[in-house]
Amino acid sequence: MGITIALAGNPNCGKTTLFNELTGSKQHVGNWPGVTVDKKDGIYKKNKDVKILDLPGTYSLSPYSAEEIVARDYIVKDRPDVVIDIVDGTSIERNLYLSLQIMETGIPMVIALNMMDEVKARGDEIDCRKLSEKLGVPVVPVVARSNKGLEELMAAAVEAAGKQPRTEWPGLFGEELENAIAGIASVLGDSDPRESRWKAIKLVENDEVVSKSLDPAKADCVKKLVEEANRKAGGDAEAKIADSRYQYIGKIVGECVRKARRGHVETKSDKADKFLTNRILAFPVFAAVMYVMFACTFSENFLFIEGLPSPGIWLAGIVENVWGMLAGAIVGAVEGMGASEWATGLVSSCLDGIGAVAGFLPLVLVLFLLLSFLEDSGYMARVAFVMDRIFRHFGLSGRSFIPMLMGFGCSVPALMASRTLESDKDRKITMMITPFMSCGAKLPIYAMFAATLFADGNRTAVVFSVYMLGVVVAVIGALLLNKFAFRSEASNFIMELPQYRMPTLKSVLIHAWEKVKGFAAKAGTVIFASTVLIWFLSNFNFGGMCSMEESLLALAGNSIKWIFAPLGWADWRASVGVVTGWIAKENIVATFGQLFGGVSDEMVEAVMAGEEALPAISEVFNKVSAYSYMAFNLLCMPCFAAVGAIRREMGSWKWTLRAVGFQMATAYVVALLINVLGNMVF
Amino acid sequence: MTLRDLKPGQQGIVASVAAAGSMKRRIMDMGITPGVEIKVIKEAPLGDPVEVSVRGYELSLRKEEAKEIELRQ
Repeated sequence: MGITIALAGNPNCGKTTLFNELTGSKQHVGNWPGVTVDKKDGIYKKNKDVKILDLPGTYSLSPYSAEEIVARDYIVKDRPDVVIDIVDGTSIERNLYLSLQIMETGIPMVIALNMMDEVKARGDEIDCRKLSEKLGVPVVPVVARSNKGLEELMAAAVEAAGKQPRTEWPGLFGEELENAIAGIASVLGDSDPRESRWKAIKLVENDEVVSKSLDPAKADCVKKLVEEANRKAGGDAEAKIADSRYQYIGKIVGECVRKARRGHVETKSDKADKFLTNRILAFPVFAAVMYVMFACTFSENFLFIEGLPSPGIWLAGIVENVWGMLAGAIVGAVEGMGASEWATGLVSSCLDGIGAVAGFLPLVLVLFLLLSFLEDSGYMARVAFVMDRIFRHFGLSGRSFIPMLMGFGCSVPALMASRTLESDKDRKITMMITPFMSCGAKLPIYAMFAATLFADGNRTAVVFSVYMLGVVVAVIGALLLNKFAFRSEASNFIMELPQYRMPTLKSVLIHAWEKVKGFAAKAGTVIFASTVLIWFLSNFNFGGMCSMEESLLALAGNSIKWIFAPLGWADWRASVGVVTGWIAKENIVATFGQLFGGVSDEMVEAVMAGEEALPAISEVFNKVSAYSYMAFNLLCMPCFAAVGAIRREMGSWKWTLRAVGFQMATAYVVALLINVLGNMVF
Repeated sequence: MTLRDLKPGQQGIVASVAAAGSMKRRIMDMGITPGVEIKVIKEAPLGDPVEVSVRGYELSLRKEEAKEIELRQ
């Protein structure tokens, strides 16, 4: 018979490392239904009857964040056979706070006392047997990263699964609160007394979720009892309970842990922080780290050497070439079999769709190798610490900086990097504004207009000003979203600064691989479907296959062009450009090349690089409307790949549509302002 | 006196947590409860937030949050 083990613990306690060590590669990553919180499960590699589920890392089981609700709902409602609670031995008091709350649920539990190597290195000692005796649960010392003690841990967990756990901890909450809890529990009268006791504790703690789920017949009676408990606790039973837990822990730790030195001891981390978050050096160091990350992923002139691609670009080039050859061979074979023109076209557009997904994978991989290194090492928390003061003004936290910066390279990995944000509100706002950062694919559009319509000396200034426009709009957008769309949610910045640790290669690789896999599966379908759809629209009309000028897309372009009249470019070709830009933004240049007088591929390349002008577009655009068009394409819905990434990270279509709607509206308003004001000035 | 009044290197004993709702809950969940010893390690380069040491680990919080933590005289 199989058993289910849930892993719980604080963030940074080594939970993910333990999970990876226990399950090896046999794991499945997804999202919990309705929320973007990682759901990981796997099979124990030494016994396939044991299923292991990795709960989100939390400090508590209070109902204040999606992670906490997910973790406690799973423990209380789905009732795993046993919970392994990972306790970081180097900050044992805070970690045991969560342990006590898990014990209160009455589910069998085993404590994995992790980081024992660091505890020893500090000269501290923890008496595991005594700790186990005091808490009434098995305690197994482990070092997850070097695989020490894991077999003993699993043996203890399997043994505990069948046993009735201890449910009483005399003296934990003090006599008065214990009586109040017992009184409420007896009113609740659930079939399982452990459940009643757990709910009673939560009710005294003012837990909104549990009080809302109460049977209305009992609610009044319970309310009175809670009020009485509050009176007895001097007005604040919630605080009293948290305090009691910590006092109880303090007593146990005092008996079981022998510390080499009392109080704050300067560690290697503190020494590193003297340099890394130093008043003067923090920003230069941070800028250097960001530069290296950016350069490794996106740079075409890596290490300032002309023409040397960065690892990310190099890999992307290989994937593109290999895929190009393969696709060419397949299309050739299909043609060779005598397939009709449209069938060949369909095959080649499908292949392009897959190619578009594959082309992003190397960038996602390289960026996430670096990002997970920064995250696991503890540096990311310092980034937030250093940047918080600035981003607070926009209603965001310091961590939003990384996705926004990455957005200048490519929105896809940037959007996925928003996962490192703690607050759901910050995450959503960051995802909505990150595409405003002008990505690499948008540069060819500016190059085309700059070379065609603007004087030599102004070109750089024009392109730079579009980049700045994106940043300014992002900041204003964040402020407005904060003020109007997310009014009720206050943010705080109470965050652990974990000790610096060298991440293991294995955990960094697994993390990056998960991202690549997730992107290919979820975002891939969105990209693929939309690419094929646009191909169909731009190559067919009701009579069958045709040129782009007569296609359904041209028809659509003609019928929607009036929408863009206030923006200064009521032209069907410009409208079609917006749509083909959703496949990839640089497509706009190719579309223009085709629609404004059939330019050759080489010419399109030169236009993209800003080396050649495309004089025909001056029929439609003047300087002002060209700027409005650039602004619109900068800000409107990003390419389908980015929309796919938003969909995956938001975890819902509703929020994806809201984000896209927000971007469209912003693009329209800004382009309108540019056109109106521009025509007044010039 | 509140935690906000401490300078880097100074320490004090927590008397009470004045914040309300989820912020209070979060502060207490992180181990800042009456009677605990707390030490300010440093300020961020721009002066805010601050890093404190409590219960053997390091925590960062904004000064407006530190203001909610009353210390014993």
